[in-house]
Amino acid sequence: MASVPGTSDSGEVRRRDFIYIATGAFGAVGVGAVAVPFINQMNPSADVRAMATTEVDISAIEEGMAIKTIWQSKPVFVKRLTAAEIAEANKVDLASLRDPETLADRTKPGKTEWLVTLGVCTHLGCVPLGAGQGESKGDFNGYFCPCHGSHYDTAGRIRKGPAPYNLVVPPYEFTSDTIVQIG
Amino acid sequence: MSFPWAQKYEPQSPLMKWIDSRLPLPRLVFDAVGAGYPVPRNINIWYNFGVLAGVALMVQIITGVVLAMHYSAHVSTAFESIEHIMRDVNSGWLIRYLHMNGASFFFIVVYIHIFRGLYYGSYKAPREVVWMLGVVILLLMMATAFMGYVLPWGQMSFWGAQVITSLFSAIPLVGEPVRQWLVGGFAPDNATITRFFSLHYILPFVILGVVILKIWALHIPGSTNPTGVDVKGPQDTLPFHPYFTAKDFVSLCVYLFAFAAVSFFLPNSLGHPDNYIPANPLSTPAHIVPEWYLLPFYAILRAFTVDLFFIQAKLWGVIAMFASILLLLFLPWLDSSKVRSNAYRPLYRIFFWILVVDVLVLGYIGAMPAEEPYVRIGQLATMYYFAHFLIILPIVSAIEKPLPLPNSIAEAVLAKINKGMPAATQPGAIAQPAE
Ligand code: HEM
Ligand code: FES
Repeated sequence: MASVPGTSDSGEVRRRDFIYIATGAFGAVGVGAVAVPFINQMNPSADVRAMATTEVDISAIEEGMAIKTIWQSKPVFVKRLTAAEIAEANKVDLASLRDPETLADRTKPGKTEWLVTLGVCTHLGCVPLGAGQGESKGDFNGYFCPCHGSHYDTAGRIRKGPAPYNLVVPPYEFTSDTIVQIG
Repeated sequence: MSFPWAQKYEPQSPLMKWIDSRLPLPRLVFDAVGAGYPVPRNINIWYNFGVLAGVALMVQIITGVVLAMHYSAHVSTAFESIEHIMRDVNSGWLIRYLHMNGASFFFIVVYIHIFRGLYYGSYKAPREVVWMLGVVILLLMMATAFMGYVLPWGQMSFWGAQVITSLFSAIPLVGEPVRQWLVGGFAPDNATITRFFSLHYILPFVILGVVILKIWALHIPGSTNPTGVDVKGPQDTLPFHPYFTAKDFVSLCVYLFAFAAVSFFLPNSLGHPDNYIPANPLSTPAHIVPEWYLLPFYAILRAFTVDLFFIQAKLWGVIAMFASILLLLFLPWLDSSKVRSNAYRPLYRIFFWILVVDVLVLGYIGAMPAEEPYVRIGQLATMYYFAHFLIILPIVSAIEKPLPLPNSIAEAVLAKINKGMPAATQPGAIAQPAE
């Protein structure tokens, strides 16, 4: 049989093989490039990402009380710990913690009584109880997530249940003695 | 298609001949669900649930398209538009109740259909692909129903969306970006509603496509039957139409009666009252539960409370939940017994029923708060679920001595008639579909 253009019997790479692979590869890269915007469009849009900082006035919070506020559409707890709660948090042996952190690691220097955390359970994102008056504080006197039973201690650290991490401390700073700016 | 003795489509009128040579759609219908499709004559009531599932899908699509005419996919209006459907839209309350309860009935039917398949060994060769397509449909249904439940933007909608999308944050490294990609923000919000609405609209049509593939794959070997032995000749089958269309109509009447009864008289009994409270991102309902049909899987998710082998409890839960469904894909190869039907498997039959009870227990635990003794029971039931498929099933199918199988379907049918039936019904009984 007469040889078809681009083929050879000797088994070396044929010109046609190269053309097939090059065309296929070019096509695949093209499809991949087109897929990027279609996937990326689902990421948080610019207006959502631009969500500004939140300022909280903490002057009315008494010892042992907490308030809830919203930052980046997530709830935030600002809690003023009592001396007993601080002592309880400092008493804990770090080695026994799932996510070892001291209360000092989780608060600003000189402001250990102010515990600012996201009100988002690190398990599957429910709002834990314990910030509102009369709500259950769980076995460790901090927060309790009723969804699947995660218990957090007075420093918002995970102590029991399925959640893997301590309640997240968002970026924040004290702009004055009574104003906290989150974000 | 299927057997050589299947009736052939012969168009009678000139018009039908004209159509048949141009677009042979009537021929397709005749061969697929008409007199041209031979079915084992002894299939019983449990074999009607496939047709019922098809009807349930159509009910969802029709009521859903109508709801979409009145629904508004926006955080500020979604909840109100549901109230608008319930109070202002003519017959809106009815259509919404049919859609809500239709989803529940769809799952009831599909779960029965799945357990039918488990009992009669429908997943075994040569029907592995039929079974696997069924598992795909189950996954798509769960995704569709979950996203539908988010649309009314009540408390359960919001917190369901939050919890389920957070499952993905358990993935190491990329988890949190993936979660944000899914919801389109830092928490469920407007971007979440609009994308879920888009997907909730399209996925049922994807399901429809997979259903068509599944029926295509099914019609190569045809249905199983309660004896599990293969069809050997014309004496083993009856044409789908009119024998099984008639039988399916009877079960359809019963189904629609039950569906109507619940939709009219107990329309909210399967739902959760908290979903009539508008979504509040600051407060999780004290007791959040998914829709009843997801409860067993939810119980498996929650069963893991301690870290094991360097994997966090949270990730274990997520892996186990997905594995509990994906496991079913491997069932054809986990069960090495050559005997299909549990009617002839005295040992495995017992474990089949234990599995049924286990899944019901998991469902019950999924609805209970995360406290003792529920957590411990849920852990044991989860362990048993996996042990059933991964340990018990392979062992039992290796050691079990099955009962003697009948030589053919016809023989089994005749034996049953001669033994059990009152004499008066005997004449002519052979001409009827058995059972
Ligand atoms: C596989 C089929 C389907 C299932 C399992 C399903 C399931 C659900 C569920 C569970 C809800 C929440 C009901 C409630 O609590 O109010 C819902 C809502 C909704 N679905 Fe579907 N659905 C399906 C098909 C469709 C289709 C095809 C459409 C549109 C073309 C649609 C449109 C809607 C709309 C607009 C809502 C919001 C109104 C409402 O919540 O009543 N659905 N769906
Ligand atoms: S979301 Fe808090 S324990 Fe699961």
